[in-house]
Amino acid sequence: MTAWLRHHLQSLQHALGRFAEAPFASCANIVVVGVVLALPLGAYALLSNLQLYAGSLPTEPQISIFLSTAPGRADVAALEARVRNAEGVRSVRFVPKDSALASLKRLPGLNDVIASLRENPLPDAFVVTLTSSDADISARLETQFRGLPGVGTVQVDSAWIRRIESLMRIARSAVLMLSLLLGLALVAVTFNTIRLQVLTQREEIEVSKLVGATDAYVRRPFFYQGVALGVAGGVIALGIVQGAMLVFNADLARLGPIFGILPVLRLLALQDSLSFLFFAGILGWLGTYLSVSRHLLVYDPL
Amino acid sequence: MTQPIISVRDVTKRYPGGLQALSGISIDIEPGEFVFLTGHSGAGKSTLVRLLAAIERPSSGSVLVAGQNVSALSPRGIPFLRRNLGLVFQDQKLLLDRSVFDNVMLPLIVTGQPYRDSMRRARAALDKVGLLDREKARPIALSGGEQQRLCIARAVVNRPSILIADEPTASLDTEYAQTITEMFHSFNQVGVTVLIATHDRERLERGRVITLNHGRIPE
Repeated sequence: MTAWLRHHLQSLQHALGRFAEAPFASCANIVVVGVVLALPLGAYALLSNLQLYAGSLPTEPQISIFLSTAPGRADVAALEARVRNAEGVRSVRFVPKDSALASLKRLPGLNDVIASLRENPLPDAFVVTLTSSDADISARLETQFRGLPGVGTVQVDSAWIRRIESLMRIARSAVLMLSLLLGLALVAVTFNTIRLQVLTQREEIEVSKLVGATDAYVRRPFFYQGVALGVAGGVIALGIVQGAMLVFNADLARLGPIFGILPVLRLLALQDSLSFLFFAGILGWLGTYLSVSRHLLVYDPL
Repeated sequence: MTQPIISVRDVTKRYPGGLQALSGISIDIEPGEFVFLTGHSGAGKSTLVRLLAAIERPSSGSVLVAGQNVSALSPRGIPFLRRNLGLVFQDQKLLLDRSVFDNVMLPLIVTGQPYRDSMRRARAALDKVGLLDREKARPIALSGGEQQRLCIARAVVNRPSILIADEPTASLDTEYAQTITEMFHSFNQVGVTVLIATHDRERLERGRVITLNHGRIPE
């Protein structure tokens, strides 16, 4: 156990030593990894902010219910009660056909057309506001309202919800693809870095194996190095993204008074940051694994 | 009759391209023996050493070292076989970017020995080859004979049961070569089995001589 622990400490020391041997080259590598990782991380941060913003839009999804016949007052009240009690409904507004016609008359150009009508062709209507923009909920409510007595047409004003949702879905896929590609880039960078290290250390590896070093012993410092490269690059990427968002927030604060709004970008949470660093470390480990599996074979004559 | 510590049975080694370095040789070496492996250049001495150290595998036949079948050893087992061997190579394989002391420490660090104990053993090994006062020097600052002694110190620091040297005196003048050979004899006296591959026929006294000729052992 203590021997095992000592190996790990030595490997860590080794990895740090190699960093100290070529600090500029190592830093350059870390910066490359950092920039590569900053792109998907930044896209993710922007996307989650957009999602947050979309969720808090003031215009709520609506359903319009047009009644078929001219019912008595009691009918309307009963219907309104049933609509109001449906799950997912925030508020209900009754629009009598007379006031609908009156608001139509206020539109320029339509006055003559409306004046020529002998009677009011418009139905009474309810305008229902929903609690959430979920497309499933609005679809369910649409069917439910259509089955109510006295209801003529039900119209869901959810086209824009679907549009936003599909846009969000595309954006999510784009972020995912970007992450995959740039994750691959990180693996490739680690792979090459470790390959160079293996070549640099070739004598040491060869001699160590001749005096009885196990493969695990020889590989361990490289793994420390690869994981450290991933995590250090991840820290740089976090710095870039959080820093950029702070700069944007300062700019937005200056714009706020002009447009009367004050949107603020939310920084990445601690949990997000930690899991991001974890994944960066995993990718570094993967690159190292591929590299040592391939390049240490050279020293295995058997 | 004791079990031989090294047992080579009908070993043939062919390299890709058709060169046959060893043709069906058999050798038994008892624990505590002192053996010279000699022969002309290209007779197969180095090949045999490489087979014993599991650097190469025989094309056919079996190689047993300290009870382990080297020819059938899994890659995982090789490091543990090598910990029983002290190897001294023709091309030395010293790490030039480390001090003399760190070079000797390497086998102990690699095998995870306690650090304090390792330092003591490394100093003892350096003392045995007369390099204790040079422990802080870089190997490049040593003379040819001193470098060879450093290799020996590194080979014995892990207290191996077998010491195998490939041309340890090849590049040395007669006086140095004599000192080196004496050193091997002194390790042999404390029970280490010693196998020295050499083309130098002058110093074959006090030991069994096995001669290789074109990959065979002549009757």
